[in-house]
Amino acid sequence: MAAFGSLSTRLTETLAKLRTKGKLSAADVDGTVREIRRALLDADVALDVVKSFTAAVRERALGAEVSDALNPAQQVVKIVNDELIAILGGDSRRLELAKTPPTVIMLAGLQGAGKTTLAGKLAKHLAGQGHTPLLVASDLQRPNAVTQLQVVGGQAGVPVFAPEPGNGVGDPVRVARDGVAEAKRKQHDIVIVDTAGRLGVDAEMMQQAANIRKAVQPDEVLFVIDAMIGQDAVATAKAFQEGVDFTGVVLTKLDGDARGGAALSIRGLTGKPILFASTGETLDDFEPFHPDRMASRILDLGDILTLIEQAQKAFDEEEAHRLAEAIATDGFTLEDFLKQMQQLRKAGNFKQMLGMLPGAKGMREAIDSFDERELVRTEAIIQSMTPQERKQSKILNGSRRLRIAKGAGVTVTDVNQLIARFDQAAKMMKTVAKGGVPNMPGMGPLPPGMRAPKKGGKPQGKQLKRSGNPAKRTEQPMSQAEPGSAFGKPKADGAFGQLSGAEQETLQRMLGNR
Amino acid sequence: MAAKWSLTGALRGMFQRETITEETWDDLETALITADFGPDITEQLVEALRADVERLMVDDPKDLRRMLRERLEERFAEFDPTLSLKERPAVILVVGVNGVGKTTTIGKLARFLVRNGQSVVVGAADTFRAAAVEQLATWAQRAGSAIVRPEREGQDPASVAFQTVEAAKVHGHAMCIIDTAGRLHTKGGLMDELGKIKRVIEKQSPIAEVLLVLDATTGQNGVNQAMAFIESAGITGLVVTKLDGSAKGGFILAVQERTGIPIKLIGQGEGIDDLTGFTPHVFVEQLVG
Repeated sequence: MAAFGSLSTRLTETLAKLRTKGKLSAADVDGTVREIRRALLDADVALDVVKSFTAAVRERALGAEVSDALNPAQQVVKIVNDELIAILGGDSRRLELAKTPPTVIMLAGLQGAGKTTLAGKLAKHLAGQGHTPLLVASDLQRPNAVTQLQVVGGQAGVPVFAPEPGNGVGDPVRVARDGVAEAKRKQHDIVIVDTAGRLGVDAEMMQQAANIRKAVQPDEVLFVIDAMIGQDAVATAKAFQEGVDFTGVVLTKLDGDARGGAALSIRGLTGKPILFASTGETLDDFEPFHPDRMASRILDLGDILTLIEQAQKAFDEEEAHRLAEAIATDGFTLEDFLKQMQQLRKAGNFKQMLGMLPGAKGMREAIDSFDERELVRTEAIIQSMTPQERKQSKILNGSRRLRIAKGAGVTVTDVNQLIARFDQAAKMMKTVAKGGVPNMPGMGPLPPGMRAPKKGGKPQGKQLKRSGNPAKRTEQPMSQAEPGSAFGKPKADGAFGQLSGAEQETLQRMLGNR
Repeated sequence: MAAKWSLTGALRGMFQRETITEETWDDLETALITADFGPDITEQLVEALRADVERLMVDDPKDLRRMLRERLEERFAEFDPTLSLKERPAVILVVGVNGVGKTTTIGKLARFLVRNGQSVVVGAADTFRAAAVEQLATWAQRAGSAIVRPEREGQDPASVAFQTVEAAKVHGHAMCIIDTAGRLHTKGGLMDELGKIKRVIEKQSPIAEVLLVLDATTGQNGVNQAMAFIESAGITGLVVTKLDGSAKGGFILAVQERTGIPIKLIGQGEGIDDLTGFTPHVFVEQLVG
């Protein structure tokens, strides 16, 4: 939905206004909830479901305590995500097999939802688990559906029971019943009954499906639905629930770019679990349903949540405190520099993290030109130093530098550049640590676009609460002012400050200088 | 059985009120969103109508209904829905994602053209999906048209398309409709294949129409689909199928407006004669009542 502007972008705009606040006001929550409502509608979530969902989110967000780790805006996003996963994944389960075989599985759904293909995929999946499924061709309506099932069965290596030619000839109920009998006779432990696609409003066809259900007494009735479906998911799901009372849902065509709000609608309306997702053209493109992936897909939040989590995980707080204290007492050494770098790398692939930031999509080029190996090289240089050299960079004379360069497999110029950058960073951090606003001496122009993602959705710590100079803070762009508070006030959980502030500035300077 | 949801039904309650109230607007919004118009167009429509109502000092919901109808009709009628089939042979390429009803649409279209005295050949260039060729053959038989089948399984679809146009020229068929495999618009390789099919056909004859088939039950993803197919297949018209179900297909307004590609045909049933041209007036009439 590029043209509409993704939710990530819009939310980021809305949330930017909230950033400076320590608490969620009703108005803040309403603004965010409005955007989320829109996003859900764009994702084709049914209106009723959207309404009850946003109401629930609003209530929870207003009642929520402000967490230590997240700022208010992130908190709302997190609540939304949690709720989504809860709805999508609540009582998720696997296929239920009958105590006495054969287990009968019936497939039902709209025309073109992908039932026949799914029958093949399911059969292959089950055969792979050591079952002996039998496919039954009860779609006698669509021209050559029977032939299609035979071909699919052949590809899956699963036998197909197809006594009728189809194309409107034959009684699908009898075929289904005979199919089950056949399975018993030939000792198949699972029977998959493919039925004709039907519109929710077609009473006659729905009656036929109900008759098949009655005749074969399936253990599972799977409702197959296209992930691209719009608001009609409601009417369809209701019709099928009343018609055949399905026991589980399969989402197909998830390999497209539909956001798949239908998943949420159907869960919200019927409470039936989503068992499988079908994600491609070949018979192996079939997998159990993952609620968390679906949640972030519906919201289209980039992977902002993953980013938050990764950052949270990677930065252990004690280390952050120790570091902050060290800097405050004028002791920022190459050792610390190295640790920061390693923490950053622990946070995952840095390039990937940049890509996850909402708004970062437009700056592929800048991201692509970012060389991850740069971090590795810098690490190698520092690791080639003796502990003493790391603590006191002043003692690094020419011969020491030559030795280091050899050890790290780089040139002396590289070592010189690193030390120059480190000196600048150390100076800057000292200023910051003393509570001043850094004026970044010798700071070259940033590569174009590199700044944008930081403002967008970078993880923000609680450093927002503290500020070296409140008046200036409000005037200054966040990205520049934040490091001051983070480092100046170690108690204020400065974990993110390091990642988002000085750390990134330093890194970018390294990039810019290269 | 769920009752058939309809915009008409949803709007009825609101038009029966005495005056226009806040609730009327809520109902209107709900109805439009439920008809898949999407949040953006819904918002535009509601705002425009609110402004009109205020300006004209209308407070009878019946007038509001008329205004809604006019607004929708105006927007739907912005483009020309006629099929251009002047070339001989007139080559029609039919594309779309999986399961939207391409093959069925071709069957109906062939039937429609045959009934109007044209000789038609259909080309089974969907060599991917199991039994797609047989399905098309069944439709061709019902429609009374000729068919060109692939010579062997898994043949390059472009070559089938080429042979179909060739057959049309040799046997003097006036119309030539080519089926293609359903493909999700996100699959780059498959989308490129469409470009190839097009290029190969154009070596023989210009293509009269490239029709994108959209399923009425599709939601806001329809716009993405259309955009992707425009890029790789240069579509010239939209076909909306399965309008006989409970779906209202409001998203096609967004598709038409965003892409500038007109809706040309509408499929409203499972019968072979259930394919009609697109008439904005009739469509809106059915939608709003």
